[in-house]
Amino acid sequence: MRFFEYEAREIVKRSGIPVTDFGFTTDAAEARTIAERIGGSTVIKSQVLTGGRMKAGGVKFADTPEEAQAHAADILELEINGQMPRGVLVDPKADVKQEYYAGVVWDGTAKKPVILFSDMGGIDIEDVAREHPAHVGRVHLSNILPLSDYQAKECIAQTGVTGKALQRLTPIVRKLAQLFVDNDMVLAEINPLAEMHDGSFIALDAHMDMESEARGRHKQLLKDLGVGDDETRMAREPTEFELAGEAVDNASHRGVAGNVTEFDGNIGLVIGAGGGSLTLFDAVRAHGGKPANYCEIGGNPSVEKACGLAKLVLQKPGVDKIAVMMSIVSNTRVDIVARGVIKACLELDMDPAEKIAIFRIPGAWEEEGFKILEKYGIEYADRSVSMHEAARRAVAKIAGPEAVTT
Amino acid sequence: MSILVDADTTFIVQGITGREAINLTRECLDYGSGAKIVGGVTPGRKGRNVHGVPVHDTIADCVEAHGKPIDGSVVTVPPAFTKDAVFEAIENDIKLIVVVTERIPRRDVAQMVELAALRGARIIGPNCLGIIVPDVIKMGGIGGPARNAAQAYTPGPIGVISRSGGMTTEMSSTLSAAGLGQSTAISIGGDAIIGSTYAELMPLFDADEQTEGIVIYTEPGGRMEAELAAWVTETGCRMPIVAFMAGRFMDEMPGMSFGHAGTIVEGKEDTATEKIARLADAGITVAEEISEIPELMQSKLQAGSTA
Repeated sequence: MRFFEYEAREIVKRSGIPVTDFGFTTDAAEARTIAERIGGSTVIKSQVLTGGRMKAGGVKFADTPEEAQAHAADILELEINGQMPRGVLVDPKADVKQEYYAGVVWDGTAKKPVILFSDMGGIDIEDVAREHPAHVGRVHLSNILPLSDYQAKECIAQTGVTGKALQRLTPIVRKLAQLFVDNDMVLAEINPLAEMHDGSFIALDAHMDMESEARGRHKQLLKDLGVGDDETRMAREPTEFELAGEAVDNASHRGVAGNVTEFDGNIGLVIGAGGGSLTLFDAVRAHGGKPANYCEIGGNPSVEKACGLAKLVLQKPGVDKIAVMMSIVSNTRVDIVARGVIKACLELDMDPAEKIAIFRIPGAWEEEGFKILEKYGIEYADRSVSMHEAARRAVAKIAGPEAVTT
Repeated sequence: MSILVDADTTFIVQGITGREAINLTRECLDYGSGAKIVGGVTPGRKGRNVHGVPVHDTIADCVEAHGKPIDGSVVTVPPAFTKDAVFEAIENDIKLIVVVTERIPRRDVAQMVELAALRGARIIGPNCLGIIVPDVIKMGGIGGPARNAAQAYTPGPIGVISRSGGMTTEMSSTLSAAGLGQSTAISIGGDAIIGSTYAELMPLFDADEQTEGIVIYTEPGGRMEAELAAWVTETGCRMPIVAFMAGRFMDEMPGMSFGHAGTIVEGKEDTATEKIARLADAGITVAEEISEIPELMQSKLQAGSTA
């Protein structure tokens, strides 16, 4: 779960790392007040969860509080990569001697966090790593042993930084590592970490990403930051269709109708489970089909859940028929899913045989399921029909044979 | 032979009195020659039994009742308690731990994995369905009820490793239908950090005489496929490998997670396109469809090709 910059900086501040005297606001007039408090030149930064702010005009410099207010007013109206800003951050313009980078991320291969440090800050660390590998320090952290200053020191020293700078950077980088561990972060990054002309260091920008699964362990922090339980902070905001999908999932506790995601095609999909959905969605597209949605059913959903999801997809504008497909199931019952999707059609006064283009779910309770499908005249397939072949049939039936590409 | 487990493997189920765990215990007892489930743990439920398996409060009690070391554990406790359960298993000398639980924070998983490495134990999962040796033993929910598992899995020469539990069964069923049985099939889990990756399991399959080829199911996200490609290139794998990559559509949707927790495109290297190229560079054939896998494998086996 990504944090906005103003939240990330607050987290950095709480960990004891020096930050600037920044302010956050959703109001242009208040931006002026903050700029007055700061005194001198300021930077006004759009608070969006996307990159490329500078290019999009979401970062502006102001010499006076009036200018700060005007910039804030512009930026608050400016959409960046489809996102309206949460607000603006008003920051003192820093007089920087040198920019550094400090970050902590997971190394999935080593299965440990790794500290990354560079004396070339302010730019993308991946670019630095590629073009100037000697300028990136790396030290892995144990998951069991306590953190220690020497790990931060080694990482910094790898880039050739020594003297007072090394001494002053060490506790900052160690605190960043501690913050990463304590808050279940998957990314904790200060870039740039600035060295001022007086030799002090200060965090000028920060990126933080907390593991969604661990949110429950950090309720107080999230409350303090004003992050609502319903904020998913995904790459984009959920659509109405997706929120309705979530409501279907929440309506009954048994099983999962997860990750309902909207697309703009015409092929309605009731698919599962995790890997099966990925495979089937690819398969529909590989055969020239344009899915109307993505979803993951599984975990033995109730008749109501399967019914609710099928209804939602059937009622989506542009959808004429649905394809009900899964990889071989062992926990989920074929007959229950069959009952659910048939019920959805009947409740919408639709003919299941016409609306369900194909039903391909082999596995547990398939004999019972196939019997029901047969009764309603629905085209179904067992495991002898591959997932890709089932997807091809769905595309041919819904989009027309001419739409099938392979 | 098989890898990791065989007919003699003894194991316990942690969280055995949970609804899913009760089903899983039944399935494993019924399958093949019947799993040797020597005990179960649910704190406070000492003295009960689940399908005849005695329930204890602690693993130490299980070991004492059994009278000798226990080989494995299937962990089904809720995510908030999983780390503690796995630590208990490791510190009681259990060497093979299948973690079924999903939605465990990464840091907890990393701690379990690091302690396991220190003690010489192996973790499969989390967020996985476990291990199956066709007609012999299943350890975990893999394949479902014994009758269903028997329908999909048959003994043979192919090792299967999959990030998706359901797709382990789908692929094995497809292989079985084409006459290619499996030596051992392993659902390794779909999280960003897991106990055993492809590259970490390959040496075991490599040393197993029954295994003549490997089929893997992969997804976007992480560097596990790159790690496998590097292993193949460096060691010169004696067996052909056929891979299937799902979630190709995700390349167009960075930052969105689909399928499993670890399935998210965050950088250039973890896209499906990049992974397919990397696998292909290492000589691993990437199938376009599941149904192509048996034929691709047959032709590689006949050509006597490596990787």
